[in-house]
Amino acid sequence: MYRILTKKILTPSVSLMEIEAPLITRHAKPGQFIMLRVDEDGERLPFTLADIQRDKGTISIIFQVVGASTYLLNQLHPGDELADLVGPLGKPSELDHLDKVLVIGGGLGCAIAYPLVRECFDRQKVVHSIIGFREKAVVFMAEEFSKKSQRSLLLTDDGSLGEKGLVTEALERWLAEGETYDAIYAIGPLQMMKAVADLTRPKGIKTIVSMNPIMVDGTGMCGGCRVQVGGKVKFACVDGPEFDGHEVDFDEAIIRNQMYVQNEKSQYDHVCRLKRNDAK
Amino acid sequence: MNGSLKKTPMPVQDPRDRIHNFQEVALGYNEDQAKVEAERCLQCKTRPCVAGCPVGIQIPDFLAAIIRQDYLAAYRIISRDSLLPAVCGRVCPQETQCEALCVRGKKGEPVGIGYCERFVADWYFQHVSTENTLIQSNHRKVAVVGSGPAGLSCAYDLCLKGYDVEVYEALHLPGGVLAYGIPEFRLPKAIVKREIDRLEQLGVKIHKNVIVGKTLLIDDLFEEGVQAVFLGTGAGLPNFMQIPGEMLNGVYSANEYLTRVNLMKAADKRSATPIFLAKHVAVVGGGNVALDAARSAKRLGAETVTILYRRSMKELPARKEEVDHAVEEGILFRTLTNPIAITGDEKGFVKSVECVKMLLGTIDASGRPRPIPDPNSTHKIDADAVIIAVGTTPNPLIMQTSQLETNRWGCIVTRNDSGLTSRDFVYAGGDVVTGAATVILAMGAGRKAAEAIDKDLCPTQ
Repeated sequence: MYRILTKKILTPSVSLMEIEAPLITRHAKPGQFIMLRVDEDGERLPFTLADIQRDKGTISIIFQVVGASTYLLNQLHPGDELADLVGPLGKPSELDHLDKVLVIGGGLGCAIAYPLVRECFDRQKVVHSIIGFREKAVVFMAEEFSKKSQRSLLLTDDGSLGEKGLVTEALERWLAEGETYDAIYAIGPLQMMKAVADLTRPKGIKTIVSMNPIMVDGTGMCGGCRVQVGGKVKFACVDGPEFDGHEVDFDEAIIRNQMYVQNEKSQYDHVCRLKRNDAK
Repeated sequence: MNGSLKKTPMPVQDPRDRIHNFQEVALGYNEDQAKVEAERCLQCKTRPCVAGCPVGIQIPDFLAAIIRQDYLAAYRIISRDSLLPAVCGRVCPQETQCEALCVRGKKGEPVGIGYCERFVADWYFQHVSTENTLIQSNHRKVAVVGSGPAGLSCAYDLCLKGYDVEVYEALHLPGGVLAYGIPEFRLPKAIVKREIDRLEQLGVKIHKNVIVGKTLLIDDLFEEGVQAVFLGTGAGLPNFMQIPGEMLNGVYSANEYLTRVNLMKAADKRSATPIFLAKHVAVVGGGNVALDAARSAKRLGAETVTILYRRSMKELPARKEEVDHAVEEGILFRTLTNPIAITGDEKGFVKSVECVKMLLGTIDASGRPRPIPDPNSTHKIDADAVIIAVGTTPNPLIMQTSQLETNRWGCIVTRNDSGLTSRDFVYAGGDVVTGAATVILAMGAGRKAAEAIDKDLCPTQ
């Protein structure tokens, strides 16, 4: 059904999986996402497409182990099958009218930022990238970014790899140097996307962010993923996941992401305990 | 003949027990009870009940078969017209359809047609494992989009007529609203599965995890040799109230709440899907969906569950039987009450609902008295979760890629009663055409479309 073909460990907690899903590759485009279930009791998890290999009939996702479900997903290996996989969902990135783009990735967001960079690069656009991570141990795909960007910069919060600092600091510097962009994509933690949007808003630079709220079905049915954009309620799954960063109510989105934090923590501990016991 | 003015009562699970479990509330007739109830039928020549059934089940005939204790015959009579008797026997609003027209209802209670239908369906599944139905294929392919009541009944009829039917379902489980919407205690999922299994045994292929309009387009289906497409994609997009505070944590659409509980089994410890276990739940709306959400919340351990409805008890659109069950279970009804805002705590979680009292005015376009807010009646109701059940509209996903004409409510426009859309060989029926309605009306629309498809594809017959 949905067989895992390859798995690459990018960092101790981030993996790339290439999954057989020929039907999905038919219309899938960069910026869209899929939902999958690891097993019959699994929740539906959204993942933005990291790659679409139409000739092979496969798609790739990059995920970080953040809770019980991603922990279980990370337990799977090539040859294993997923219970369910559906997509492509959401709207594709709109790149046609852009000639020069800056892509800013933060942490796991780089998994989604990279396909955008590659897409722009392969379509002969000018693309720059700034990527930021907490520390050296969690850096992934930095080389790919530099290969596919005319200008790129890697930062870590503690300076253990690349330059020390925040992506916003680098952005400010580049803009001060006179760089101009048709659009800036910011993909990463909500706080980072908010900081980028706050910085570009007064300068009037179009800024697009990719929202990753809590979802159940991913098809517009539940409304759990609602975000306020320009004072209007939007469903990230069907109206997004990309929105105008200057219009998104980030503070509200940050609060909404806290809905199940307690629940997720206890479930994660529970699953890890079970797995440890199994191993014994 | 049984001259009793009252229906044979339906045995139910004790309310004190059932608020702690998700097992079915109504337990079903035994053979004796079914026979006694069937004997109340007058077998009248005019058969008003049949006219009241959206799929036209020959009701007096199957009741007569029950009296003869020939339950297999009873089942076959029903299944000539309906694929889902075990479902309809449970969730159909018989009181406004077949039973509303029953002659016995003129003096006393009508015959318990729904209860008898349920008995027959349950008997069949307990006693008959597989039946071989030989169908002569006509080698024509039809695609059905959506596996809810409309799609399933359309697929069933087309399959019996010899079509090669492929059903496409967006979710990981077929059944549509039967799977994600109606809770286990009213419609056990094993029953839905059984009815769908039967369809698959007949040769209908169900492809789950395929969103037509996203994964595949209608054009793709035609390119692959499909000769007609039926859209039964339902009304899955939840309405919110557009009042302040709806973005707070703990505010759910009824769709989300019920999907978490039903489809994702959030109440089951093994399930990874979380649900917020609220102590005080307010449910906005007065339809069956509102009641389903309220009663689910109760079963998840809420201390108080309050229905907020803007009209009075008399106008409550939910089925009376469900309202009675909800009252027995301790669900509180605050009628003539409408929320105007939801307030939250400093962490962004729901704390209370601000409401106004409503007065009833003159009869409006819906045939019910128009509720008018009384501005001097603002009051607060404590709640840590609010479930919004004020209706749904069709999911626009499929319309975005298929150039189909829709009306201002987002419903697909059909050219006539048969469900033909603005595009040739594309038909639609059920909630996607009418807006949110009932299971049986959707089934009726699926049947009609099947008939029209057959006429258009095989005009010589």
